[in-house]
Amino acid sequence: MADITDPFVRFMDVQKSYDGETLVVKNLQLDIAKGEFLTLLGPSGSGKTTCLMMLAGFESPTHGEIILDGVPISNVPPHKRGIGMVFQNYALFPHMSVAENVGYPLKVRGMGRDEMHRRVRRVLDMVELGHLGGRRPAQLSGGQQQRVALARALVFEPALVLLDEPLGALDKNLREQMQYELKHIHETLGVTMVYVTHDQTEALTMSDRIAVFDDGIIQQLAAPSTLYEEPGNSFVAQFIGENNRLLGTVEAVDGQECRVRADSGDVIHALDVRTTGVGGRTELSLRPERVSINPGAGTTPNILPAEVLEVIYVGDHIRSRMKVCGHDDFIVKVPNWAGHVHLRQGEQVEIGWFASDCRALDA
Amino acid sequence: MATAESAAPPDDGILRTNDGVPLKTTLRRVNRRQKMVALGLVLPLFLFILVTFLAPIGMMLFRAVDNPVIQEQIPRTVALLNETWDGESVPDDAVFDVLAEEMIQQYKVREIAKVGTRLNYEQGGLRSLITKTARNIAHRAEPPWKDAFIAIDERWGQPETWGIIQNAAPRYTLSFFLAALDLRYDWQGNIVEQPEYEQIYVKMFVRTMWISGLVTVLCVALGFPVAYLLATLPMRQSNILMILVLLPFWTSLLVRTTSWIVLLQTEGVLNDIMVWIGILSDEGRVQMIYNQLGTIIAMTHILLPFMVLPIYSVMKTISPSHMRAARSLGATPPRAFWDVYVPQTLPGIGAGSILVFILSVGYYITPALVGGRTGQLISNFIAYHMQKSLNWGLAAALGALLLLGVLVLYWLYNRLIGVDKMKFG
Repeated sequence: MADITDPFVRFMDVQKSYDGETLVVKNLQLDIAKGEFLTLLGPSGSGKTTCLMMLAGFESPTHGEIILDGVPISNVPPHKRGIGMVFQNYALFPHMSVAENVGYPLKVRGMGRDEMHRRVRRVLDMVELGHLGGRRPAQLSGGQQQRVALARALVFEPALVLLDEPLGALDKNLREQMQYELKHIHETLGVTMVYVTHDQTEALTMSDRIAVFDDGIIQQLAAPSTLYEEPGNSFVAQFIGENNRLLGTVEAVDGQECRVRADSGDVIHALDVRTTGVGGRTELSLRPERVSINPGAGTTPNILPAEVLEVIYVGDHIRSRMKVCGHDDFIVKVPNWAGHVHLRQGEQVEIGWFASDCRALDA
Repeated sequence: MATAESAAPPDDGILRTNDGVPLKTTLRRVNRRQKMVALGLVLPLFLFILVTFLAPIGMMLFRAVDNPVIQEQIPRTVALLNETWDGESVPDDAVFDVLAEEMIQQYKVREIAKVGTRLNYEQGGLRSLITKTARNIAHRAEPPWKDAFIAIDERWGQPETWGIIQNAAPRYTLSFFLAALDLRYDWQGNIVEQPEYEQIYVKMFVRTMWISGLVTVLCVALGFPVAYLLATLPMRQSNILMILVLLPFWTSLLVRTTSWIVLLQTEGVLNDIMVWIGILSDEGRVQMIYNQLGTIIAMTHILLPFMVLPIYSVMKTISPSHMRAARSLGATPPRAFWDVYVPQTLPGIGAGSILVFILSVGYYITPALVGGRTGQLISNFIAYHMQKSLNWGLAAALGALLLLGVLVLYWLYNRLIGVDKMKFG
């Protein structure tokens, strides 16, 4: 966050409670740069939507202040904030045509008819719906409705656009297509977008930065690649991408590396990211695609015996569930290329990985 | 794959199943059972509606034009009158002879009063003329009948009387409908207005429509906020409110109406309170019941749930995110409410309005109890003619006009808003 010198949006010590007993958002500090695509990612009930609603003005912070473009906005009502918003179920007005829906923000701003028509047309063309302006929202497909909602949130040229799980109701193919379109629109217009989702793929493909929420706290705020490759704690490791967990106790720390005695008794060399020192419990995080099978002695610092419990053909890779260190939910992904290892169920193999791929996190 | 050589169906462009039966025939056969089941399920209700609803309405419409009395009681007189009378002078002796014969005959079987009653609808005083004449010629008077009749009452010597008999004679007549519209046939068969002092029904129709419209508007004004609260309050509070809305449904209509009497009468609670506070003097108590005001207040109260429930059920389906969306797009809260929320409640307002309006147009008990003289509606007059005056033809004609009015309204509603947009719940 230190890299943002002039934040466009700044959450300062924001806390939110609905009932006075529990905090939904705990002491939030978050800076968003101008033109950034920031995703709030987290399971439901993690406080991410509440943050978005506070930014939009539909909820007010119990404590703290939100600053938009240098101005504290706690006392500014939603309709004066000038923030575009796309809602979860689009919230298109069913009694208005598509063009009327998109023109609505211009109408309430008292814009003249000609100018209004021109801008509605332009933004509808941008989302490739220029020919459907006369239809009612109910006559459109889910994807088209989604674009109308987006067009409506962009037409009055807000500097900040909030998107609340906008793709949740679409089927998988459409969702992927819309992800790219959204990304392109973001790049073309250069607006700041804050995107809320619980879908990590969506977050990874679209965002400049992702704030992973859990329990009202930002667990980690980083670029997608950093989040995936270097998760800061076990929640992030578990939540982003597929992850193997091995539990153990730290036996020795040597600079960046540490030696961990797994509960099964095996010794594992790992990267010390967040352990509590020698004698502390730790959770090791290891991505399934970073494991090699029958690596050969000496090639990797960690070599452990494993039993193949299940082999699943997925297409681009072969997925295998193995029993390792007493855990029978250890997943290994073998890329499907010409020379790949053919695993058989019940087979005993050896698996290995580098210490740098295995991150020792908090237990 | 089977080759189709052996049993190749004729290539006539008709789609067939594998055994050569046209596809449509097979489909019909398959669907027939489902259709029979559906019919069987609907049939009892359909028969019930036919017997208890459609048939009575048909009979009522028929009775509004049905006019058998004159034809049955004095058929030959009517026939002769139609044949020989020039419509201007006093009829021939022959007409009097036949009439006397038929009158005596009907007098003996005590049926002649029916003729009098029927003719009396057309012009007051004719009932007594008929009964007086019949009694007279049956007991005392002698032929020649023409002179005898005119001697009994000089009206028999006036063509007007005969014109009225002739106009009242046809088997089917519009005269009940004319009466319901404050019109009548004069003795020459022209349609003219009723005399001023007998014109009441058009005024009644207008009053009924006006009061119904006012009650509908009041119900929208009072029901909309309640429905809004019902739809937006948290579950617990809205359930309590819902019970309060439904409570009137669980109380007898009579109880509710009489409680308004207790509240509003001149010696009632409301007047007492106002006198006690000092707004009114004891002599200046306001008459709030047994007049139009009483009818309007009590009907609005009783019909309110019929407005609240459809509006509520529509509001319940409006996503709260619509209002939020409108506000995020720059609309002030009142503007968002007016632009986005209210239009979406229109189907509910429409349904509630048409329900309340139709119910109040035909409302009977409440106006009868609290309406006094100025608060009576058209249905009170229909009941009067059904029960007191026994002029069922007129009652039926009034009812038919009411039905027509409602249908026209429904048609208009359908043209303007669309019945398919209406939501009752």
